[in-house]
Amino acid sequence: MDAPVVSDHPLVRVERLRHLYHKGAVSDLLVLDDVNLTLKDNEIVALLGRSGSGKSTLLRIIAGLMPPSGGDVEIDGKSVSGPASEVAMVFQSFALFPWLSVLENVEIGLEAIGTPVEERRSRALAAIDLIGLDGFETAYPKELSGGMRQRVGLARALVVHPKVLLMDEPFSALDVLTAETLRTDLLDIWFEGRMPIQSILMVTHNIEEAVLMCDRILVFDANPGHIVAEIKVDLPQPRDRQDPAFRDIVEDIYARLTLKKPAPPREGVFPGMGINMVLPSVSTNRLAGLVEMVDAPPYDGKADMPELASELHLEIDDLFPITETLQLLRFAEVEGGDVMLTSAGRQFATADLEERKRLFAQHLLSYVPLVAHIKRILDERVTHRAPARRFLDELEDTMSEAYAEQTLRTAVAWARYAELLAYDETTGVFSLENPA
Amino acid sequence: MITRPILDAARRPLGFGRIDLRPNLYDLVALAIVVGVGVAVIHGAREMRAPLMQLDITPVSLDPSLLPEYALRTTLRMFAAMGASLVFTFMVATLAAKSRRAELVIIPALDILQSVPVLGFLTFTVVFFLGLFPGSQMGAELAAIFAIFTAQAWNMAFSFYQSLRTVPRDLDEVARHFRLSPWLRFWRLEAPFATPGLVWNAMMSMSGSWFFVVASEAISVGDTKILLPGIGAWLALAIEHKDLKAIALAVFAIGVVILLYDQLVFRPIVAWADKFRAEQTAAQQRPRSWVYDLVRRTHLIRRLALPVSWLFEIVSEWIDRIKMPEQSSRLLKPSPETERTIDILWIALVLAATGYMLWLIIDYVSATLSFDDLRQAVTAGGLTLSRVIILIALASLIWVPIGVWIGPRPAVAQRVQPVAQFLAAFPANVLFPFVVVLIVTFKLNPNIWLSPLMILGTQWYILFNVIAGASAFPTDLREVSTIFRVRHWNWWRRVMLPGIFPYFVTGALTASGGSWNASIVAEVASWGDVKLHAAGLGAYIADATDAGDFPRVVLGVAVMSMFVVALNQLLWRPLYRFAEQRMRLN
Repeated sequence: MDAPVVSDHPLVRVERLRHLYHKGAVSDLLVLDDVNLTLKDNEIVALLGRSGSGKSTLLRIIAGLMPPSGGDVEIDGKSVSGPASEVAMVFQSFALFPWLSVLENVEIGLEAIGTPVEERRSRALAAIDLIGLDGFETAYPKELSGGMRQRVGLARALVVHPKVLLMDEPFSALDVLTAETLRTDLLDIWFEGRMPIQSILMVTHNIEEAVLMCDRILVFDANPGHIVAEIKVDLPQPRDRQDPAFRDIVEDIYARLTLKKPAPPREGVFPGMGINMVLPSVSTNRLAGLVEMVDAPPYDGKADMPELASELHLEIDDLFPITETLQLLRFAEVEGGDVMLTSAGRQFATADLEERKRLFAQHLLSYVPLVAHIKRILDERVTHRAPARRFLDELEDTMSEAYAEQTLRTAVAWARYAELLAYDETTGVFSLENPA
Repeated sequence: MITRPILDAARRPLGFGRIDLRPNLYDLVALAIVVGVGVAVIHGAREMRAPLMQLDITPVSLDPSLLPEYALRTTLRMFAAMGASLVFTFMVATLAAKSRRAELVIIPALDILQSVPVLGFLTFTVVFFLGLFPGSQMGAELAAIFAIFTAQAWNMAFSFYQSLRTVPRDLDEVARHFRLSPWLRFWRLEAPFATPGLVWNAMMSMSGSWFFVVASEAISVGDTKILLPGIGAWLALAIEHKDLKAIALAVFAIGVVILLYDQLVFRPIVAWADKFRAEQTAAQQRPRSWVYDLVRRTHLIRRLALPVSWLFEIVSEWIDRIKMPEQSSRLLKPSPETERTIDILWIALVLAATGYMLWLIIDYVSATLSFDDLRQAVTAGGLTLSRVIILIALASLIWVPIGVWIGPRPAVAQRVQPVAQFLAAFPANVLFPFVVVLIVTFKLNPNIWLSPLMILGTQWYILFNVIAGASAFPTDLREVSTIFRVRHWNWWRRVMLPGIFPYFVTGALTASGGSWNASIVAEVASWGDVKLHAAGLGAYIADATDAGDFPRVVLGVAVMSMFVVALNQLLWRPLYRFAEQRMRLN
C-alpha cells in the first residue's frame, strides 16, 4: 500500500508558540519556546520527546484546551481560541465516562453539538463498527480490556468527523501486544481511507512507534520544550521493524536525542544550574543494574542505546534518565546513541557493596551540588539537623513544586544509599546520625 | 474520508427502545408497590394542609391504631426534608464549586454547620414559619420539615461540592474538548461522578435526622404548644405519661419505617448508583437490591423512564440553545488586574459582613450575659469534651477487637453489617427512656450514667469502619505475622492497629461529631415529672432552650461550635493526615 498523496495545504499551523507556567511571584517556568509546526493534509506526524518536554502541553494548546502565553495557533486557517470542532483528541488514559455505555460514550461529542437523536445513533454505530467494537455497544467501560477501551476513545473522536485527529500517547497505557494490534488496525483503516479525517498528530515517547506509523517525526527537546529536528520517514507502509532502513532511522533518532552535549558533560545534563538542577526520579538499583549490564559482555563498557533499550524493554522515557544520571555522576559518557562507562564506572561495576557506596558518596558530593549543599549545611550546624522544608523552599524559587519535590526526593534516596545523611520522613528533618 | 454506509440501527440490542411492551408478573408486583406508596403519600400530604384547629379537636393520642398514620406522617416529613436538601445541595454546592467568590463564603459556613448543633436555633425558625401560614398546620409542618432539613443538608452539600472539585482531570478535558454545554456537562459528568458520595451522605443524613424528628414534632414557643401528629409527638406524649408500652410500640414502629425505606428506597438507589463509581475495574461484590432487580425485570414500568429521557432531551435542547453564544468566549477572561481588584473588594466585603455579624452576636449576648457566663459555658464544654473523649475511648476498646474479629470472617461480616447499619440508623434518643427508668429506679448518678446515651447511636460507625478495615487487611501481611509468630500485644501494635488505623480514624471522627450533637438531647432526660440532669454544655443549651433564654442558647451553641471545630483541627485532622501518609496500605 502506498501512502496517500501529501498536499501542501496547511491544516494546522503553529507559529512562534511560547508557553509559560506561572508559579507565583518569583519566576515563570518556560515550558514551550518558539515552537513552529505545520500539519498538512493526509499525513501522520509524531511529536517525539521525553515526558516533561512539553509535547502534551503543545497538543492541548492545539486542541484549544489551554491558551498559550504567546504565538499563534491556526486550524484550517482559523485562529484557535477554544476547543475547535475541526479537531478531536484521543487520550492516554482513555478518559471514558464509566457511567455511560460504549454507545453513549461515543455519542457524547454529537450530543454536545445537538445532533438529532436518530443521526447521532446511526453515526455512532457506524464509528463503533469501523473501529471493531461491534457487539460492545451496551457494555460499560469497566467491562472492557484496555485495548477495547482505547477503541472506544478512537470511535468517540472519529464520530464527530474532525479534520485532525490528535492523539496523546494513545498506546502507552497498553501492553506491548495490544498496542501493536491497535496500531496496525488504526493504520489499516487510515490507508484504506475509511477514517473521516484528514491528518493525524500524535504525541509519543516511543521511537519505534513513531517510525512505524508516521510520515514525519518532530523531535522534541525539553527545558524549554522546542523542536530540535524534523525527520521524514519515506519507508513504504506497512513497515518492518527489522528492515535495516527502519533500524537506521531509529539509530539516527537516538543519536540526535543524545547528540546535543559535545563537550564533556558538567552542568546542563539536567535543566537548572548548581543546586537548582532538576534531578530525575531514578533509583540506585537501576543505576547499578545498568552499569553492571554495560560493563559485562557483550558490551564490555560500551553499549548501543537502541540495542540496550530493546533488550531491557525500556522506552526512552525510562532509559534516558538513567544514562543521564550516570553521565552526571561521571560513571558514563553518552554520545551519538552510545553509552560508554568511565573508569570510575567500570570500577563501580566490579566493586563490592561497601566500595560501591564509598565511590557513590564521593561522586555524589563532587557532582551533585544539592547533596553537597545539604551535607555542608548539616556539617555547619551545631545540632547537625535541618528541616527539608528549607531546601524545598530554595528549590521552589526556580522550579515548580512538583519538580522541587521530585528533586529533593531523589537527592534523599541517593544520599541515603551513599550513607551520607539520615532523613526522617514523618518530621521531615535531615540529620547526620543514623537512627539508634 | 469515506464513511461506511450507515448500518441499520434497529438490528442491535440497545439499552432503550427495544423493550417489550407487554406487562409481565414483575410489572404487577412493582405496580402494587408504586400505587401503594402513591396513595400513602397523597393521603399524608392532604393531612398536612388541614387547619391548625384540627389538632385541638383530634389531639395526638397514644391510641395504637393511630401509630401507622403517625409513622407515615413522620416519614413524609423526612422525605420532604430530603427533597429540600437535594435541591439545596444541587444549587448551593454547585455555586460553591463554580464560583471562587461564592466558595469563599459557602464552604467555611458548610464546614461549621455540619459539625455544629443547629438544634439550639430551632425555636427561632418555628416562629417564622407559623407566621407564614397562620391558622394552618402547614406552618408547623414546614417548621418541622425545616428542622429536619437542617440535620440533613450540610454534609450532603459538602460531599457534592467535594465531588465537583475532584472531577478526574481527563474526564474534565474530554468534556471541554467536545464542548459540552454547562448543562450537559453537569448531567453527563458532574452529577454522575458525585452520585455515589451523595447517596451515601443522604443515607447518613436520613439516620441523623431522626434525632430532630422527636424534637421538631413537639413544638413549644412561649405559650404556643403544638404536637404534630407523628412518631416524635407520640414519644413526647409517652414520656410525659410514663407509658413504657407506648414507647416500645414507637421503637417497633420506627424499626419498621427504617426497614421499609431502606428496602424500598435506599437499597435500590445504592444498587443503581453503583454504576457511577468512577473506578475502571469491575468490583467483585456489587450492592444488590430485590426492588432494583424487580424493576429491571419489569416491562411496562421501565417504559415509564422513557418519557423522562425524552423530557431531558427537550429541556437540554432548549437550554443549550440559550447557552450557545457564550461557549466560545470561555478562554477570554477579564484581565488579572481586574480580577484581583474584584477579589480584594469581595474579601473585604465578606470580612466586613462577618465582623458585623460577630459584633451583633457579641452585642446581643453581652447585653444580658457577663464574662462569668462565658466561663460557665466553657467549663460545661470541658465537661462534655471529657465525656466525648472517654466515651470514644471506651467504645473503641469494646468495638475494635470485635471488629477485628469479624472483619476477616466474611460469613459473619455479611450477617453483622446490615444489623450494625440498622442500629446506626436507629435514633438512639428513642431508647433513652429505658435508660432513664433504670437510673431513676436504681438512683444512679446521672452525671455518669446519662453519658453513655451520647454514644449509643454513634458507636456503630467505629464498629463498621473497623470491620471494613480488618476485612481489607491484606492476607499476605496476615500470613507474614503468623509465620514470624507475632502475637499478643505485639500483633496489635505492629500488625493490626496500624492496618486498620485509617478506617478507625474515620469511624471515631464520625462518632465524635455525632456525640456532640447528641449531648444536647442526652445530658438532660425526663421521665414523667422526674428530670435528670448531667452537668455539661449539652444540658446548658437544652436548659436555655427550655427556658426560652435565647442569649444563653446563642452562647452555648457558639461555645460548642468552638469546641467541635477546635477538636477537629487539633485532634482529628492531624490524625487523619498521619493515617493518610503513613498507614495507607496501597
